[in-house]
Amino acid sequence: MANIISDETIEYVSILAKLELSEEEREQAKQDMGRMLDYIDQLNELDTEGVEPMSHVFPVHNVFREDVVTNGDDREAILKNAPEEKDGAFMVPRTVE
Amino acid sequence: MLLRKKTERLWYPGQWSNQKGGRPVELLDLTAVELGKKIKAGEVTAPEALEAVLKRMDQTEETIHAYVTVDKEGARKRAALVQEKIESGELTGPLAGVPVAIKDNLCTKDLLTTCSSRILENFVPTYTAQAVENLEKAGAVIIGKTNMDEFAMGSTTETSAYGVTRNPWNTGHVPGGSSGGSCAAVAAGECFYALGSDTGGSIRQPSSFCGVTGIKPTYGTVSRYGLIAYGSSLDQIGPVGKDVTDCAAILEVISSYDLKDSTSLEREDLAFTQALVNDVKGMRIGIPRDYLGEGLDPEVKSAVLKAAEVLKEQGAIVEEFDLGMVQYAIPAYYTIASAEASSNLSRFDGIKYGYRAKEYEGLHQMYKRSRSEGFGPEVKRRIMLGSFVLSSGYYDAYYLKALRTKALIKKAFDEAFEKYDVILGPAAPSTAPELGKSLQDPLKMYLGDIYTISANLAGLPGMTVPCGFDSKGLPIGLQLLADCFQEKKMIRAAYTYEQNRGFKGEMAPCAAEPGKAVE
Amino acid sequence: MGKQYETVIGLEVHVELATRTKIFCGCSTAFGGAPNTHTCPVCTGMPGSLPVLNRQVVEYAMAVGLATNCQINQYCKFDRKNYFYPDNPQNYQISQLYLPICHDGGIEIETEEGKKVIGIHEIHMEEDAGKLIHDEWEDCSLVDYNRSGVPLIEIVSEPDMRSAQEVIAYLDKLRLIIQYLGASDCKLQEGSMRADVNLSVREVGAEAFGTRTEMKNLNSFRAITRAIENEKNRQIDLLESGEAVIQETRRWDDTKGYSYAMRSKEDAQDYRYFPDPDLVPVVISDEWMEEVRSRQPEFRTEKLLRYKQEFDIPDYDAGILTSSKKMADLFEAATAICKKPKKVSNWLMGETLRILKEKNQDAQDLTFSPENLAKLIDLADAGVITGAVAKEVFEQIFEQDVDPEKYVDEKGLKTVNDEGALRKTVEEVIASNPQSVADYKGGKEKAIGFLVGQTMKKMKGKADPASVNKLLKELLS
Repeated sequence: MANIISDETIEYVSILAKLELSEEEREQAKQDMGRMLDYIDQLNELDTEGVEPMSHVFPVHNVFREDVVTNGDDREAILKNAPEEKDGAFMVPRTVE
Repeated sequence: MLLRKKTERLWYPGQWSNQKGGRPVELLDLTAVELGKKIKAGEVTAPEALEAVLKRMDQTEETIHAYVTVDKEGARKRAALVQEKIESGELTGPLAGVPVAIKDNLCTKDLLTTCSSRILENFVPTYTAQAVENLEKAGAVIIGKTNMDEFAMGSTTETSAYGVTRNPWNTGHVPGGSSGGSCAAVAAGECFYALGSDTGGSIRQPSSFCGVTGIKPTYGTVSRYGLIAYGSSLDQIGPVGKDVTDCAAILEVISSYDLKDSTSLEREDLAFTQALVNDVKGMRIGIPRDYLGEGLDPEVKSAVLKAAEVLKEQGAIVEEFDLGMVQYAIPAYYTIASAEASSNLSRFDGIKYGYRAKEYEGLHQMYKRSRSEGFGPEVKRRIMLGSFVLSSGYYDAYYLKALRTKALIKKAFDEAFEKYDVILGPAAPSTAPELGKSLQDPLKMYLGDIYTISANLAGLPGMTVPCGFDSKGLPIGLQLLADCFQEKKMIRAAYTYEQNRGFKGEMAPCAAEPGKAVE
Repeated sequence: MGKQYETVIGLEVHVELATRTKIFCGCSTAFGGAPNTHTCPVCTGMPGSLPVLNRQVVEYAMAVGLATNCQINQYCKFDRKNYFYPDNPQNYQISQLYLPICHDGGIEIETEEGKKVIGIHEIHMEEDAGKLIHDEWEDCSLVDYNRSGVPLIEIVSEPDMRSAQEVIAYLDKLRLIIQYLGASDCKLQEGSMRADVNLSVREVGAEAFGTRTEMKNLNSFRAITRAIENEKNRQIDLLESGEAVIQETRRWDDTKGYSYAMRSKEDAQDYRYFPDPDLVPVVISDEWMEEVRSRQPEFRTEKLLRYKQEFDIPDYDAGILTSSKKMADLFEAATAICKKPKKVSNWLMGETLRILKEKNQDAQDLTFSPENLAKLIDLADAGVITGAVAKEVFEQIFEQDVDPEKYVDEKGLKTVNDEGALRKTVEEVIASNPQSVADYKGGKEKAIGFLVGQTMKKMKGKADPASVNKLLKELLS
């Protein structure tokens, strides 16, 4: 494998992705990611000099809404699926020390 | 090779598409459009059609497992209501009263929507996806939500957190994916048609494996509002049906310009059923040589080339050509789709909806545990890859490189469509693999998407039509691609092929009485 | 020792735009709703929901860019900034990194050394986050998404400021421009304008910049000034003791008067920006830009000049009248009605500022109408009410925007011009204050003031003090 994924990289990426991987999963992730990156590296064969990166296939632009209130109070529905709720708000573990 | 061996099959899928052999026409044999006509004519009622489907499900669903959620009571109420509206003349569309299955990544108000993931095990949307709403307005009766690869990531429906779906043609095989539940449900007669979604082939490949017809329309044709995103720039919703006519009719109903989806397109011509014309005289059809090379199962190749012959006989000009860029589609796709997925799936955090870990200390552990316990291995694999390719120092080398490659792929198709009206090829390199054989080697599984992925990168419409069976009796699908907004050309070619493919009577066994063969 | 240091400051200013609805959905931006009552699937990150851009946000951002001499990116896009935090429902913020709407502008400020231009690196559009309320009882936090998706522009300056004074001058100038445009009310205390301070120090004469820190949570000009002083000294102390400044984000605690680093191993600060696939680019035509430009209001500098020329208002007064859009609007509207610019100016400069100060409010908080102020001025001018009564009525106008004509009628506050009644009261006052009468007659001119006051008191302020004075003198002579 040309791409060797280090423990540090897996640790770093799992912090970004907010995933907690077991020892076994980490080893697997190193393998999988290394292999995928090797495969993706094929793209380096392509000369893309001067090619604009294409995010959207169609040249659509300026899709707007007008500044008019269309939504009313929908709190009950919004909170319906909350794992934990209190006083009309979503409840989460304390965010500051 | 077009003759199926009648082995290993636990039951026989219903026969459809205007050949009924010598036996009496069963309700479940009807296509969606045929059923719609009969309901309108008063020969059948919507509740009767629904009960027929539910009865079939009683016989087959335990084996097939096409559904994650079945809403019997809701569907019964709905069927009765729709029947009234049909009788009062309020509902007149071709699909009024016809039972439909919806892929479980489309939000349905008050009906569990899981994306086949544990992280959404208890998620009940408060709104309905626009495409589904369009169907409801047309009088559709929703039976339930179909199984899929978790968050549409996978090609076999085996990554579902709720168990595998089995291929109705051979229950030892996968139905394909990610819309495997939708395609299996149609093939098994567990619905008359279904909605799927296609990010890299997720309608076309399982349609091929299940011997049904499916369309991935031009990006922006069907609103994505309410479709739980995987790769936003690639996702499109589309129909899965028993034949080309059904698919054209369904697509006509679900397509709409939607102000809630900024990538929705205002198209002039959505009358896809007008393209149901048995005539391809002078149509230019190109077969990419790149699609016939190494890795393609010889039986699939032979069936696809035979299909091309059929079109040629009907007056199409068919030739092989070099499309180019084909081998770069998969690496570009997995980079872009994983990157978008890593961001799209970050909203699943245990705060607003869905699964929250039971034990954690503090906010960050809550995030990590909820997500690690809630997502399956394939989803985690893609989130990790996507987070990596977007991370500091790699964005240009991977993500931008992939977007540049996408531009080159689009260009290759633009050039091809200057010469051809339709591109023809296989939908997948092989027929449906056996259950449990694909997930050990993810990269190998990804390579199976080689013929379908480019259409998503380039925004093109594509569809699959059954074109035969391999020696194991598994269906083979023909893929047709057209230039953006040219669905009608593709549908016309597909319809002409379907009318002339010449394996009437071979398509499905006539002797079977539904359910009887289930052991 | 004895090294001379220079402070280098750049600002990131967030301004909440005054749109009726959020940036990507039709929810109201109104303040004060119960938690999560201004929310929908889009601004709470429900699966399957999609954003659609509010056109007005683009117009406001463009207007601010044009008013601060920026170049407009006629092709701009939105990007996702990925990070996990509960106030951010999608766990990414839709912002602009690669192609922000405005770039390369600047505004002129006044400093002790004269005029100076502070460069603006860029202005971009983005969505605000929700609010976290910390629940002491249950050791948890509560998330309210009412503010989630409220449109913001972030104005990123060049590192052109060298002192807290320059920072304040820059912020003040920016605030006025944006207020005048009507793009935001820019209240620091309420968070509709927020400034993060990027600060580094370097030896005087050095060319390279030092390592900078970013200071957050600055809710007033005072807090900004104190935080800058504090951070400058902290960095100099570090350098003097041979330590390095660490590039980090710090949070200012204004009650304790110091800052602390916001660091966590869970915050990798790697935002993985990429173009948002759910939104399409914004293309700004020349026509659209010209249309927005043509709607630009008269700004402060032009107003100052005009006030002097047209109304003959002194520099100092004109400066204060134009120091807030609200004040300037009130001045112009009231003047247009009563045609007495000096008098309107006096009311605004005097009583209005006094009450604002007393209430610790900002001129942008003023709610009374120019019509009622103009009416009050006319009433006082016509002698219908006395100056004392006018001040009393003004307080009511300030508080509740009462109609002064009605109020004066209802409360019976008109000046008493009845000669008989006045004469009777004055006679009573003379009779009951023999000592003061004796003092006056004994040559103590000032004693008459006391008697006038006593009469006014008895008349409940409704008498004209000059007439009272005249009558007293007449009766005592």
